[in-house]
Amino acid sequence: MSPRPLLLRGGRVVDPAQGLDATRDVLIVDGTVAEIAPDVDVPEDARVMDCAGLVVTPGLIDPHVHLREPGQEHKETIATGARAALAGGFTSVVAMPNTDPVIDSPALVGFVAAAGRRAGAARVYPTGAISLGLAGKRLAPVGEMIEAGAVAITDDGHPIMDSGLMRLALEYARGFGVPVADHPEDLGLSAGGHMNEGLVSTRLGVRGKPNASEDAHIIRDILVAEFTGGHIHLQHVSTEFGVEMIRQAKARGVHVTAEASPHHLLLTDEAVEGYRTEAKMNPPLRSEADRAAVEAGMLDGTLGIIATDHAPHHYDEKERAFDDAPNGIVGLETSVGLILTHFVHEEKLSLGEMVDRMSVAPARAFDLPGGTLAPGSPGDITVLDLERRWSVDPSAFISMSRNTPFQGWELLGRAVAAIVGGEVLFEADPGD
Amino acid sequence: MSPESLSLGKDLIGLESLSRDQIRGILDTAEPFKEISERAIKKVPVLRGKTIVNLFFEPSTRTRVSFEFAEKRLSADTVNISASGSSVVKGETLVDMARNLEAMRIDMVVMRHGASGAARFLAERIPSNVVNAGDGRHEHPTQGLLDMLTIRDHMGQIEGLKVGIVGDVLHSRVARSNIYGLLKLGAEVAVCGPRTLLPMGIEELGVEVFSRVEEAIEWADVLNVLRLQLERMEGGYVPSLREYNRIYGVSSARLERAPRDILILHPGPMNRGVEIDSDVADGPHSVILNQVTNGVAVRMAVLYLLAGGAPDTAEAAKKGGS
Repeated sequence: MSPRPLLLRGGRVVDPAQGLDATRDVLIVDGTVAEIAPDVDVPEDARVMDCAGLVVTPGLIDPHVHLREPGQEHKETIATGARAALAGGFTSVVAMPNTDPVIDSPALVGFVAAAGRRAGAARVYPTGAISLGLAGKRLAPVGEMIEAGAVAITDDGHPIMDSGLMRLALEYARGFGVPVADHPEDLGLSAGGHMNEGLVSTRLGVRGKPNASEDAHIIRDILVAEFTGGHIHLQHVSTEFGVEMIRQAKARGVHVTAEASPHHLLLTDEAVEGYRTEAKMNPPLRSEADRAAVEAGMLDGTLGIIATDHAPHHYDEKERAFDDAPNGIVGLETSVGLILTHFVHEEKLSLGEMVDRMSVAPARAFDLPGGTLAPGSPGDITVLDLERRWSVDPSAFISMSRNTPFQGWELLGRAVAAIVGGEVLFEADPGD
Repeated sequence: MSPESLSLGKDLIGLESLSRDQIRGILDTAEPFKEISERAIKKVPVLRGKTIVNLFFEPSTRTRVSFEFAEKRLSADTVNISASGSSVVKGETLVDMARNLEAMRIDMVVMRHGASGAARFLAERIPSNVVNAGDGRHEHPTQGLLDMLTIRDHMGQIEGLKVGIVGDVLHSRVARSNIYGLLKLGAEVAVCGPRTLLPMGIEELGVEVFSRVEEAIEWADVLNVLRLQLERMEGGYVPSLREYNRIYGVSSARLERAPRDILILHPGPMNRGVEIDSDVADGPHSVILNQVTNGVAVRMAVLYLLAGGAPDTAEAAKKGGS
């Protein structure tokens, strides 16, 4: 049954794919954008949403989340993750396959897709593992998984150390037009590490992961993508040299896309001081020079996609000595506020560029519907209030997990509504 | 100097966060406690009625016994828990174990743990005083303090001395506590060892770096020789113990070429013939056993100060309790 028509009236519509940044009405009929114009007549029985003073954008897409289901439902489920996504302003997420069991068969891809549809929240796009069981040995049934709905293949969290396997993955996936997403880390160079290797790790007595462990792997991935012609998607890039290598590869025409995460844009390894496990993630927070390079790369489009790497963990698991705590932080409900506050309001990034990094570019990289509000596009829309002040309170998260280093941060701007297929699935409390 | 600025606060986690005056205050407080261990009846009522738990998640003989003597000679009631016999092996978390101990109304915990930051983790979660008896590769503050007390005993003062720390600095909590403490007291500090065992960024702590032990010997007034753990060879950090001894071992032949007599410290337990040769360990400039003796006095001082004592009343406290 189709929802009632929905008219978003009088918002500032920012749709860089159409080169549009102006006050417009947006009409959604039968789940797709029907009309976008200065003054749209209200159809009979339409729901009208007054968007005066608000920003209307194509639905935001987070191409890197861990929803933990199946297997670790005490941290997050597909349903809670998809609802947390909506609350953070994301209408689509791409789920990583490192669950238990690993998503390495068409049946399991189908399970994730079905659970995502059942959740009735943000769209959940599955990915499939590159290698069976994330073991890094043999290709998983990539073609069947793609037919079942996988939008990319990745062994995220388990870097592909065998360059020969990476070659096969890039060549094979190329035939299906999907990217190979890799977590770039040379496990030999990073062995035993729990944070960035540098002065802070030396002082704290925590074993470090050097930049070189990421740099070496980024170069390897670029080289293999270059000669195979495959599409390599480099996840959560955190090093200065890595950003520069990607910049040069793009200039040479290599098919490479890359992510910047809000935490790598805003924090350094100083955040680990005091053995704060909520600042422990992989790749680790690095130096100020690296942070600045990730920022520059995000701004100039080298790291053209903002992705949260939403990685929920139960508080018991983070309430441990630093070496014993797992990597990862939640990100779905803080990303938009952080980017608006620290990049858009500071005039480093225009709203159009933000929508590009958080909707247009991820849609293009993963060949997802959306990324624009041109008539005929899916009725996936995010409504932002740029002036809403709020502070990060993990106890109010929709996500089942609370592990964030941004607790207590005062932010300006957030998503106040998220619309999927023309249905308003999330609306923020007015005073929230 | 106001008493507040000398107070250590609730815990002793490391020397990095202490001021020069706080460190001096601990060393000065240790002086009157030295004499207790020389008495026929080695007991004073300073901590009478206090309950102290010695919680050791890693094997330790020297440090655990030293703390236990310090506690008993101050009349505290003590309980020793070691990892092998504890509920840790049953999967209980560190925080649950600490809360259970706390529920039995204890006053202090002395903890050794294999993870850097474990002592601070505990201290932030329980109201008892926490003394770090070594956390991972982070700090071992009472070892740093007893090293400094021993150097001060033999050299008169620490300011202006050149102290070389030789060996596995990468994995060493002793090295970090020594570096922080010695620099604060005005010494010059150098580290020396195979580059695989020197951490990145160590120069930024304000220490000199030597790759060859001969250079460190040429430079130093004092050498603190670190233990080379056998697993470092298995981990591939050094090719063999024989090579380590030949290239980095502190031997009398190397010391004889030094321009001055060098005071030799070692935190123990020693691998004779690996990082240090026996004739050096047993030689005239070795103060390794003095370190062990001073360890008890320093730990008494730390426990006394954390229990609320002040440096200038330590002498009086020995007679009448705190």
